[in-house]
Amino acid sequence: MSHNHYVDTLNFKLLRVLRNGLLLILMCLCNLVFATDVDDYAEQRAALIEEITDDVRATARYLGRRELNPSVLTALGQVERHKFVPWIDRYRAYRNQPLPIGHGQTISQPYIVAIMTDLINPSAEHRVLEVGTGSGYQAAVLAELVGQVYSIEIIEPLGRAAGKRLQALGYDNVTTRIGDGYYGWPEQAPFDAIVVTAAASHVPPPLIEQLKPGGHMIIPVGSRFLTQQLVLITKNEDGTLQTRQLLPVRFVPLTGKHD
Amino acid sequence: MRGEAGLSQTATTPPRPPFIAIALLSAGALAYEVLLMRLFAIVQWHHFAYMVISLALLGYGASGTFLSLAQKWLLPRFKIAFCTNLGLFGISAVSCYLLAQQVPFNPETVLWDWREPLRLAVMYLLLAIPFFFAANAIGLAFISFRSDIAHAYAADLLGAGLGSLCVIGLLMISMPLPALGIIATLGLLSLLVAVFELRLLHPALSSVAVLCMVVGVALITQRAELEISAYKSLPQTLRIAGTEIIDETSSPLGLLSVVESKQLPLRHAPGLSLMARHEPPEQVAIFTDGAGMTVINNGHAPESAYNYLDQLSWALPYHLFKPQQVLVLGAGGGTEVLQARQHGVPEIDAVELNPQLIEIIRKRYGEFSNQLYDQAGVQLHIAEARGFVAGSKNKYDLIQLPLLDSFATSSAGLYALNESYLYTIEALSTYLSKLKANGYLAISRWINLPPRDTLKLFATAVTALEQAGIDEPGQRLILIRGWQTSTLLIKNGEVTSTEIDAVRQFASARAFDVAWFPGIKVEETNRYNLLDQPQFYNAARALLGPKRAEFIEQYKFNLTPASDDKPYFFQFFKWRTLPEILELSSRGGMPLLEWGYLVLVATLVQAMLASAVLILLPLSVLKSQHKKQSGFQKRSVLLYFSAIGLAFLFIEIAFIQRFILFLHHPLYATAVVLTGFLIFAGLGSAFARRLTQSNQHRRGVWFAVLAISNISVFYLYALTPLFELLMAWPVWAKIITTLFLIMPLAFSMGLPFPLALDRLGRDAPELMPWAWGVNGCASVISAVLATLLAIHFGFQIVILAALMLYLFAALSYSEN
Repeated sequence: MSHNHYVDTLNFKLLRVLRNGLLLILMCLCNLVFATDVDDYAEQRAALIEEITDDVRATARYLGRRELNPSVLTALGQVERHKFVPWIDRYRAYRNQPLPIGHGQTISQPYIVAIMTDLINPSAEHRVLEVGTGSGYQAAVLAELVGQVYSIEIIEPLGRAAGKRLQALGYDNVTTRIGDGYYGWPEQAPFDAIVVTAAASHVPPPLIEQLKPGGHMIIPVGSRFLTQQLVLITKNEDGTLQTRQLLPVRFVPLTGKHD
Repeated sequence: MRGEAGLSQTATTPPRPPFIAIALLSAGALAYEVLLMRLFAIVQWHHFAYMVISLALLGYGASGTFLSLAQKWLLPRFKIAFCTNLGLFGISAVSCYLLAQQVPFNPETVLWDWREPLRLAVMYLLLAIPFFFAANAIGLAFISFRSDIAHAYAADLLGAGLGSLCVIGLLMISMPLPALGIIATLGLLSLLVAVFELRLLHPALSSVAVLCMVVGVALITQRAELEISAYKSLPQTLRIAGTEIIDETSSPLGLLSVVESKQLPLRHAPGLSLMARHEPPEQVAIFTDGAGMTVINNGHAPESAYNYLDQLSWALPYHLFKPQQVLVLGAGGGTEVLQARQHGVPEIDAVELNPQLIEIIRKRYGEFSNQLYDQAGVQLHIAEARGFVAGSKNKYDLIQLPLLDSFATSSAGLYALNESYLYTIEALSTYLSKLKANGYLAISRWINLPPRDTLKLFATAVTALEQAGIDEPGQRLILIRGWQTSTLLIKNGEVTSTEIDAVRQFASARAFDVAWFPGIKVEETNRYNLLDQPQFYNAARALLGPKRAEFIEQYKFNLTPASDDKPYFFQFFKWRTLPEILELSSRGGMPLLEWGYLVLVATLVQAMLASAVLILLPLSVLKSQHKKQSGFQKRSVLLYFSAIGLAFLFIEIAFIQRFILFLHHPLYATAVVLTGFLIFAGLGSAFARRLTQSNQHRRGVWFAVLAISNISVFYLYALTPLFELLMAWPVWAKIITTLFLIMPLAFSMGLPFPLALDRLGRDAPELMPWAWGVNGCASVISAVLATLLAIHFGFQIVILAALMLYLFAALSYSEN
């Protein structure tokens, strides 16, 4: 009966297509996961930095900077991001996107890291507090630029792994600890800058106290993967606070308005 | 072709359809659909739950395709095929969900990571399987019992109606995952019933077999656990050492998880001023559906611990005057009640929708919270916020609408996505009407940048005031903001200069910015939480000025106030803005996307593409078999069944929303309206039998369409005034009224499908499964399309569109 034959041929062809498709996908996956090596990473890193440089330059005026500090981008070019992500994600470690690192946490988008680091005006004699170590990537970037970094992580396995990683990579100016970042790190206070990446419903008053006059605190606001705004808190010399809310994107909500 | 027409009337087919089995199966399938929405809203986010379930319902459409292709083979084996599909439904209902929740789908990376769309596809396929089996069984019954389709369809609808009622009852007494096991058991029970009704196999043997399956299902669900996405706030909070879930209860309004932290205190104080010196007291958190945290404060902490309540932006009204009667809408864990208490308010009315939440606070944390809701002067009401206000005889000095997370209204999750009746123009008017002279309405929202919520709220307030006849709305408005939250005050009277001074003082002491009060100068704005421009002030001025329409037009987000006809406050999307955002996607642009809307559009597109495949695929096969069928016939079948498939749900959804405004409680409204529609439509279908027997198909279709049109148009005009008239009636009376109102409409709506299917059964039986599939696909598209139409044009237009579709269907009804 022609009907059955038609359906049979259809089935057979379908099966063949499916089988070939599956094989193709399998091959691609293997390629992606196993094929990268050190030189490739360096190349990818350089490409990422170039991409970020252009993007950040475009946004710099929106962030109220005259221009972006080149040392920040140099620092990003130095830190081997692929060593901070799970091995299965290494092939995409240098894409300009956040990645999950387990325990429901993420390593931030390099573009956001660049902006945040620049906004706190890091300099070589600074002592910086980070609340929310995560993968340790931000701490590593900071370590390239400042004198001392103190980083707290509340999730124990994450904090331990990050601490070991940072040590192994030679960042000995980073001190990590497991604990509740709400009260900051009173023994090492005050700090020239504070980076708060751990999600909290409000800015902990103890952290504000531990900020030096003239210092900056930066808090990304949004979900784990999408940063909606950056809150930059500056403590004036007289102890008063000034807060700036920055959109890390070159976007004006009204049409017809010019920069 | 006579021989083939006689195939379904072989000796293996009993004389009467297995009505009870059909009804039970239908009940199980609808219950499963509602439960899936609940389960996915817990483990994922509500929008994606909606998308996944909507597309899984294409299993109904796929069943039509499958039956078209396989009907020759299945019909002679009807009994076995029917029972097999029933059994497979029962088993797959549980196993497919458990597999699907293991898929690590993360919506936030869906545009970056190619694996995410793949994971979504896997989820659709897994979840479509049970619907596929259920639809197979029902479809087979229709095709085999062509002589009695009307009654079979009636059984289907009545079963679905009972199912929707039962699932809501089930969710009230059972946790979600065990409820799944119960529904699967229902499916297997229908198998048992089918075996008896069809006189198949040995009764004792099959009973044992079914019992084994039931036991198996029970065992699996016992050991299963909900796998909540790692990025929702509940799992995130649980990662903190010493934090654990103390208790969980569930109802159709949500899964409540009570979380205590033994080592590190939970400190939840969103919107807290940067000048605050003291942290909040010890707190216990309650999560709804794995997110949406509310906290219960320790009622016995030292005084300084409660200072934080005065450091929130919505403490402002207490610094303008001394309110004696305060209404808190959406009381939750009681923070605002505590705040009112701290400011010495003698009479507080607190309204909370979820009785289980209140039960937890009173029973478990009564002592901890110092009997917060049972103190003298505090009156607690378990009610829906707007309904309470509408029915209240009291007037208040202050009405507080605190930060309410935008998780969806819980119309059992079904068909509801973004609707909110709390922030429409009519809602604000209602609140304002319950203010005493010189009283305040205080509404607080999260601040999203670029500003959206706050500005839309401001625009809504301006419109509400203008509609109340106020010439200068700006004289009655105060807007302040921190970096996280904003609070809008609307006064029943003009703001005085004393009050303005108090606002200035309050704001500067807490490093909050003022954005609007009468007589504000631009130099006063944007001083503490600096934006590149004084955006809030500029917007407020524009919205109060003559260029309001132009401003709203030019703004890249949708600031048009929501109304009861278009209750989509959280709908900020403008198509125009999309290209710009996409271009900026790697440069920080992603958070600008409006997920709610885009998910809807994506769902619609996917549904249409899948439907096109499912509907066109069998055509090529059917063409080769039945040359005598004209394209004309197939086209009219396609047009008719898709039109009524679309129109049925359009009307159902639009009227669910209408009746939410009457019954207020989203759960009652959905349960009553849905059940009412299905049961009365079922009765209508049963009546259709008379028409089919006397060969009055065409007349029946036209009668139905005319009845539907007239009743709908009448309701379009008559319902709102009627609701207003009956507003003060008790709930049970309102429910009975609702059922009376639905009855004639739904009864008529139950006629078109069985009439046409019966006709098709006589003229071209091989097209029946195809028509069934077309109807299934149309239903899926319909739900999403209805919401999109309502977002853009309002529910009135949705109803009118449905009427046009019914008319179109009647016109394309042709008899060969």
